[in-house]
Amino acid sequence: MDVPETVARVYETESRRVLATLIRLLGDFDTAEEALHDAFRAALEQWPREGVPANPRSWLVSTGRFKAIDARRRMKRFDALDDVGEKADVGVIDHAAWADAESVEDDRLRLIFSCCHPALAPEAQVALTLREVCGLTTEEIARAFLSPAPTLAQRIVRAKGKIRDAKIPYQVPEANELGERLDAVLRVIYLVFNEGYAASSGTALTRGDLSAEAIRLARLLVELMPDEPEASGLLALMLLHESRRKARATPEGDVILLDEQDRSLWNREQIEEGSRLVERALELRRRPGPYTIQAAIAAVHAQATTSAGTDWSEIVGFYDLLLAREPSPVVELNRAVAVAMRDGPAEGLRIVDAILARGQLTDYRLAHAARADFCRRLGKTRDARASYERALMLTKQEPERRFLERRLREL
Amino acid sequence: MKYLCLVYLEDSKFTAVPDDECFACGQALRDSGTLLAAEPLYPVNTATTVRVRNGRTTVMDGPFAETKEALAGFYLIEARDLNEAIQVAAKIPPAREGSVEIRPVRQLNV
Repeated sequence: MDVPETVARVYETESRRVLATLIRLLGDFDTAEEALHDAFRAALEQWPREGVPANPRSWLVSTGRFKAIDARRRMKRFDALDDVGEKADVGVIDHAAWADAESVEDDRLRLIFSCCHPALAPEAQVALTLREVCGLTTEEIARAFLSPAPTLAQRIVRAKGKIRDAKIPYQVPEANELGERLDAVLRVIYLVFNEGYAASSGTALTRGDLSAEAIRLARLLVELMPDEPEASGLLALMLLHESRRKARATPEGDVILLDEQDRSLWNREQIEEGSRLVERALELRRRPGPYTIQAAIAAVHAQATTSAGTDWSEIVGFYDLLLAREPSPVVELNRAVAVAMRDGPAEGLRIVDAILARGQLTDYRLAHAARADFCRRLGKTRDARASYERALMLTKQEPERRFLERRLREL
Repeated sequence: MKYLCLVYLEDSKFTAVPDDECFACGQALRDSGTLLAAEPLYPVNTATTVRVRNGRTTVMDGPFAETKEALAGFYLIEARDLNEAIQVAAKIPPAREGSVEIRPVRQLNV
């Protein structure tokens, strides 16, 4: 392998780690990014001459740090503000402080938690995480979220400005706030996944790159925090959803519901990994968290060879658990679908009507689609038609619209 | 780093937190070396807005923007970073009645 190729490979595997450490050493995102690029530029110049260093990562960190300090020093001289000798931070480069693997891994966690800090707007958390932790370009993020690149760029600039000016610390939260802060990180990852799995608008049903990125992020988190069951739970949940990607839409992009999917298209490897992770997460904590429970539900589905052969009682049981942890009408609706499979559509209809009668989910397309399906199965054609039409009015997604229209025609 | 914690309350909540409690909070923060200054304000109907345009001063009754919550007081604190400032802000009693906005204090560029 020639040197430029080696540099490119090192960039791919190490650049995010190097950046995370540089942010800690230099105390600023923009300075660290510039230093990162300077370090790789220096590698392209020096490695062909001097050979690839034994530890490229620490070479890059130390070079980047040196370049940034040098630039700062020159700037100061230029400003003629400060020639009172060198500041302490430009002194000895102390290798021990950042060379050990543990503090480097901590830096990656620091970076994740800073990007997902609750003082940043949720959209900014997502954009910043994809930019800084995953290394996606602003253009790539903009394309994935179907928003203009300048908007995305501005969002990222503003977030970095707030981190700097309001002094959002570069640290892993302490034990007493770790739970809440980890929830925010998991929420960002799941949001990225869902954006890639089912676009909320537009014609493409799946945007696989984002889902793959979310899975990679969750893997990193599990690797960095192996004792956090919800991190494993989230990774499991995403893998189990992802395993059905090929089966959940026709080549034309039309929706195929779970019970009509060709299960031979499901990705066995992802199912096995997901199921293993769920089991581990369930063992780690007696009261499983919401991601773990949802993953457990997905695992039950994944293990069934047919829709009819699904253990619907077990699924209803997990939904009961989920409702006890986080009561929400959407979870109630999902439970209703499972109950309808276990006890028949009349029971499902009773639950959905109760939710709607409380004035909840009245504008939620899937509530009406579920109601329509129960009515269809009960032979209540008129009710089914009304609910399909209501769902159709509420959906913004082209494949979903086609699915509902097909169901209406078939009534 | 200095942060200004601005306390916002709806008009009807201006006296919801007893003065004793606010006093105790300020005292505790002062004792821990966190507090630089803190004052409660009269309600927004006592506000006067001043503007200077083309050298002419105009004075108006009331605040510039009509919002549901109005500035009710402030705490100027010293904190290591935003996380510490958030922890302090969460201890300010009216946080449970209204809201506390945290703003980092800027150094004048002179």
